[in-house]
Amino acid sequence: MKKNKSLLLSGPYVLWMLVFTLIPLGVVGYYALTDPSTGVFTWGNLRDLSLFLPTLGSSVWYSLVSALICLVLGYPVAYYIAHRPPVTQKILYMLVMLPMCMSFLLRTLAWVGLLESNGIINQFLNLLGIPSLELIGTPGAVILGMVYNYLPYMVLPLYAIIVKIDNRLIEAAEDLGCTPVQVFSKVVLPLSMPGILSGITMVFVPAVSTFYISQKLGGTDTMLIGDVIERQFKSAGNPNLGAALSLVLMLLVFICTGIMNRFGSDEEGGVVV
Amino acid sequence: MSKELIRLQDLTMEFDGERILDGINLYFNDHEFLTLLGPSGCGKTTTLRIIGGFLTPTSGRVLFDGKCINDVPPYQRQINTVFQRYALFPHLDVFGNIAFGLNVAKLPKAEIAQRVSEILEVVGLQGFEHRRIDSLSGGQQQRVAIARALVNRPKVLLLDEPLAALDLRLRKDMQNELKRIQQAMGITFIYVTHDQEEALSMSDTVVVMDKGRIQQIGKPEDIYNEPKNAFVADFIGESNILDGVMLEDYKVKFFGRTFKCLDAGFAPNEPVDVVIRPEDIDFVPPEEGHLTGTVTSVTFKGLNYDIIVDFKGFKWLIQTTDHQPEGATVGIRLNPEDIHVMRKSEYSGMFGDYSSYSAEYDELTEDAADEEE
Repeated sequence: MKKNKSLLLSGPYVLWMLVFTLIPLGVVGYYALTDPSTGVFTWGNLRDLSLFLPTLGSSVWYSLVSALICLVLGYPVAYYIAHRPPVTQKILYMLVMLPMCMSFLLRTLAWVGLLESNGIINQFLNLLGIPSLELIGTPGAVILGMVYNYLPYMVLPLYAIIVKIDNRLIEAAEDLGCTPVQVFSKVVLPLSMPGILSGITMVFVPAVSTFYISQKLGGTDTMLIGDVIERQFKSAGNPNLGAALSLVLMLLVFICTGIMNRFGSDEEGGVVV
Repeated sequence: MSKELIRLQDLTMEFDGERILDGINLYFNDHEFLTLLGPSGCGKTTTLRIIGGFLTPTSGRVLFDGKCINDVPPYQRQINTVFQRYALFPHLDVFGNIAFGLNVAKLPKAEIAQRVSEILEVVGLQGFEHRRIDSLSGGQQQRVAIARALVNRPKVLLLDEPLAALDLRLRKDMQNELKRIQQAMGITFIYVTHDQEEALSMSDTVVVMDKGRIQQIGKPEDIYNEPKNAFVADFIGESNILDGVMLEDYKVKFFGRTFKCLDAGFAPNEPVDVVIRPEDIDFVPPEEGHLTGTVTSVTFKGLNYDIIVDFKGFKWLIQTTDHQPEGATVGIRLNPEDIHVMRKSEYSGMFGDYSSYSAEYDELTEDAADEEE
């Protein structure tokens, strides 16, 4: 009886997953392994992927750099919020969430307006008599866009973990002779590890597959794997190659998160520092 | 006499305008086992946290070896703490936890290993080095917490209700264990508890606190036998507390009758509180008794019966192995040494009447327990 009920309750979600995740995934797999013109089984699409390895590499690189910058920027913010009184915490939490209420596209377009050759920043610089800088179309602009868009995804899991660290553990560390810096490195940081790992994952995964940010903020030499995939489906008209790329990207993300989780559980195993 | 190690001078502590500590003056001798005893909210944990350096007193001074340490941060004090519910580091194993302080002090690896294995032997956890903290039982975690503090060879060990989370049996074992460790290592223990039995059985000195003030300081026997006021008499053990008048030295009058007692130094006809411990009272046949009353309730407690006797409307608790049926008329005799006279205090009239007695009375004092932070 009880079992039936829970099956009934989870039914809609299971159905949703089936129709909108599993079946499309099957379709992607099908396209990835069939020939564009004849529709017969082939490894050809996957073989062609070697052409895109540099793009894939730079996607991973950009996303990792962004994730690390998010960590460096986000950790102090999360730590600060977690150590405020509860009411202040709620307000600050809301403020971190606030940008997520705006459209992702809009947020990115806003940066275009700022960074353009005759955008707001350059106009301001010219006003001060400084020549225009080349801001848009650079790797820096792409990373800026990623960091700006995904920073909340870093702050929120970090905050959730840090706020749960028992204050008595910090007192215990002080009691055992730790200076404030040592308290941080020997207790707070190791205990924040789960938050750091999930934050990195939450930033890395969407960043590695993004195409919009690099299209708007990047130049021709900052094409990312997301752009390539999009192009295969749209302008290049080769959905089979696009599907193969998607599949590889997905595998890559799985492997990355797998490695990170593994790293996380090792960390908890209790290594004496 | 051993020398003085820590002195608290006129400590007061206020949180949000509420006075938690109100003029605490206290000293701790080297090698002493001293217990701060009181109900939750009495200020005992606050006092301990001030000594540990986790709180700065609103006013007053903490002296360590004669030097004021008010502004010395916890990590520079030669004091270690066993925290309430242990506060062990979940990301480290048993060895990592115990070695934590030694690693911070950057001792050589070999010495660390040596000292950790020594202390594991002291607390009886040999072979547990690489166990995870969450795989340990409460009692084992307790031992790790004690070992983690002791391995640093502090001059003073602070213990904040360390046994509160353990079951009764384990608590008794650990009491003996702690006393043994304290004597073996010759370290000053400052122990906080709300459990009077724990305090009496382990301590050299007991400090009874209530409402942020020290009510009495003394050896366990003195605290029990010579309570200073109704609060102490009631909090330490069970007491019948009666209104009386001290007629002159060694003569006290209550229930319309004059009794000989051992107390002196009161003003003539001074109103006083008279304490009679339930276990000091013996039944005699009604015609031989100083007082006669009626048994209203009998509860078997294992070691003894708790018998409530109504004397002229005032109900006494009497603990005896001598069974009396409910409704029986009994007589009691009071010897001079059974009567203890105390000055009146703000607590007079608040304790010591068993009219509202129920079998749960001793659990009531236990339940407030360990939530004091």
